[in-house]
Amino acid sequence: MGLKNKLHNFKEKNKDKKWLPGFNALFTFLYTPNETTHGGTHIKAADDLKRTMNTVILALVPCLIFGMFNAGYQHYLALGEIESANGFLGASFWTLDNLWIGALTVLPLVAVSYGVGLAVEFIFAVIKGHEVEEGYLVTGMLVPLIVPVDIPLWMLAVAVIFGVVIGKEVFGGTGMNILNPALTIRAFLFFAYPTWMSGDKVWVHGAVERDQAIAAGQNLDAISGETLLGAYAQNSSLAGIDYWDMFWGIIPGSVGETSKFLIIIGALFLIFTKIGSWRIMLSTVIGALVMGLIFNGVVDAGWIGDTSKFYGLMSVPFWQHLIIGSILFGAVYMATDPVTAAQTNKGKWIYGFLIGFISIMIRVFNPAYPEGVFLAILLMNVFAPTIDHYVVQANVKKRMKRIKVKTA
Amino acid sequence: MSKDIRIKKGLDIKLVGEAEKTTENAIISNFYSIRPEDFHSIIPKLVAKEGTRVKAGETLFYNKDNEEMKFVSPVSGEVTEVQRGPRRRIDAIKITADKEQTYVDHGKFDLSSDADKIKAHLLASGCWAFIKQRPYDVVAKADSEPKAIFISGYASAPLAADLDYTLAGKEAELQTAVTALSKLTEGGVHISIGSSNSPLANLDNTITHNVSGPHPSGNVGTLINKVNPINKGEVVWTVNAQDLVIIGELLLTGKFNAERVVALAGSSVKKPRYFRTKIGSEVATMVYDNGVDKDGNDRIISGNVLSGKKVAPDGSLDYYSNVITVIPEGDDYEFFGWNKPVFDKVSTSRALTFSWLNPKKKYDLDTNTNGEHRAFVVTGSYEEVFPLDIYPMQILKACMYQDLDEMEALGMYEVAPEDFALTEFICVSKQPHQKIIREGLDLMLKEIG
Repeated sequence: MGLKNKLHNFKEKNKDKKWLPGFNALFTFLYTPNETTHGGTHIKAADDLKRTMNTVILALVPCLIFGMFNAGYQHYLALGEIESANGFLGASFWTLDNLWIGALTVLPLVAVSYGVGLAVEFIFAVIKGHEVEEGYLVTGMLVPLIVPVDIPLWMLAVAVIFGVVIGKEVFGGTGMNILNPALTIRAFLFFAYPTWMSGDKVWVHGAVERDQAIAAGQNLDAISGETLLGAYAQNSSLAGIDYWDMFWGIIPGSVGETSKFLIIIGALFLIFTKIGSWRIMLSTVIGALVMGLIFNGVVDAGWIGDTSKFYGLMSVPFWQHLIIGSILFGAVYMATDPVTAAQTNKGKWIYGFLIGFISIMIRVFNPAYPEGVFLAILLMNVFAPTIDHYVVQANVKKRMKRIKVKTA
Repeated sequence: MSKDIRIKKGLDIKLVGEAEKTTENAIISNFYSIRPEDFHSIIPKLVAKEGTRVKAGETLFYNKDNEEMKFVSPVSGEVTEVQRGPRRRIDAIKITADKEQTYVDHGKFDLSSDADKIKAHLLASGCWAFIKQRPYDVVAKADSEPKAIFISGYASAPLAADLDYTLAGKEAELQTAVTALSKLTEGGVHISIGSSNSPLANLDNTITHNVSGPHPSGNVGTLINKVNPINKGEVVWTVNAQDLVIIGELLLTGKFNAERVVALAGSSVKKPRYFRTKIGSEVATMVYDNGVDKDGNDRIISGNVLSGKKVAPDGSLDYYSNVITVIPEGDDYEFFGWNKPVFDKVSTSRALTFSWLNPKKKYDLDTNTNGEHRAFVVTGSYEEVFPLDIYPMQILKACMYQDLDEMEALGMYEVAPEDFALTEFICVSKQPHQKIIREGLDLMLKEIG
């Protein structure tokens, strides 16, 4: 008797047990179930939610792997132990040493994110008697990619519990939530533990430790773990980083968001597979560029001088906004979450445009939050149903008009 | 008069087992069943009790709300069983057929009669059952005045019977039927055709529309939406093209002849082709003698794979179908079915599904759901296969939370469950769209009427 039959018999035997959804989650992970259609269409297309979610994870894997190398690279670079890598294939980047540091720092984040998040999902599935839903598969992958590498694991665990319970389960689970759970988790971290989520120390592995050691009286050089955005917000810049470094992603930042190159590859994959909405991705980029252009225009017109605290970010050429910070990562992987985004095709254009627009606005005007993308997406999550409402109303009005023409 | 309707949104699901264009006479079924559930929302009042002898065309039951509306026997014989369900609901009326068939003779109908006479004749003869109405997708109310009548002469559903083939040579009956129907409406009889070879192409008293594009281009709902969408307070009627033949023959000869050319199709059928049979006949008379394995694990569907009904081997051809589809059941597990590349199933995405590589390939699909039921998650995919000017996901959700105002505003009067068959097929969350729409329509029918 094969594994399949053993599992099937086990499921049949325990049909009325409360914990069955937990078992089913594992069973359906191995085997798509033997369910057949009842009424309605007798045949069904090949895709299910697991496949959809899996496709997004596939698109994220390159970012994760790159993030691990980059964690090690930034660490050793800041310590001065290696030369700066020249370009994407730089010799000092793709080294086992870098990967080892990455594995030590990033994999625990992944493990905590999935472990804690799925545990919450299982508990809710058992309590509410529904199947374990797949939404967290993507959320659990996104979370480690959008936090600083040195975030304490317990903070992450607390945030994940908060994000999954308040961000999703209280609304009824996957498909019912209003806010993107991954961003809810990030927002929780950001406002609960701001010192670990921003500033010039958290973005490079070891910088905080080194700081504490210096404070304790040891005679060491401090490591700077500043991001480009942080530097721009202070009206300064980072030495030794050119545009290609930003594009390839060999700069400090959250774990998975630095490589614009790999994000674009992921975006193309999502668009090709029709899983990600190209409308949202494109309109977010357009929105960001438009806002960037407006700010450039303000600087060009001489309305603000270089003494203004906004000057640094406002004067960044508009297209560079795309390769600094995490606007691209947000546009491709976060804004496109179908549950929290606008659901109509027209609505998606408006929704994406406003995300890009507001992201850059927050980025420039609020130096306390040098990255505005996650706030912009959360804000637009809240407004997405409103956008859809007006889009759908246009269709409703058309229908009303038809009656009027008739009766007039 | 002829107009072109070209739709782009949709999906042709190409399946193995298309019926070959040869027609045989099916073995004459000994038993015939009429199931009142085919006539949605009609409450039957039984006339022919068990043991009654009936002629073909004689009343079995009538509509409780309208005594004039008769539902008749397809054959002559004896009513041997009235199967009842919970609360004595009539599930099926089973008739054992005579060897020699006798018919009720209504006499040749005078086509110059006025609308009231035509109506009364159709109601009394049992042909009214073939006229359905929208809104609500139910048998037409006798007192309704349709703004137009719509007939689809082009079957675009997977493995559908080719109407150009099954209706060939029936031009006289078709013409008679549409002439009669055209007197019942001011808005004309609109017919969609897929090619100019259609027997429906050159009828008088009709407005012909050439339709092209992927399924659901042949759905009557698509035709209505593109020609003259239904507004609140309006009613349109629809008739299946093959049923026009029965109406036409009744008007010409006075006999209710329930004969119909039916396609037997699907990957489980060894020699798929066409059969001449009658409404209500046992599917076993066609299925097992023609290559379907008796011990096989197959699903027999009266109708097409998208919106037909599952029937047992001793079940019967339902009142409106002209195709019987047999496909394998899919009650088995598939190892890592959710993440491995898929080559042998249809998909509109490209998420490691490869049906886009080979758009002409024919597939052998089974009844597996390919995943579990979930809440709505993915957006934007339904719109790609849904040609009506309606927001599919929004209207489905409105039905689920039973907001009558919103259902009305979003276009519920225009739709029938079959319009949502394709969105249901591609639904990643495996939601039962057609059931949701049916229940929504039922709710509206009850509350608004």
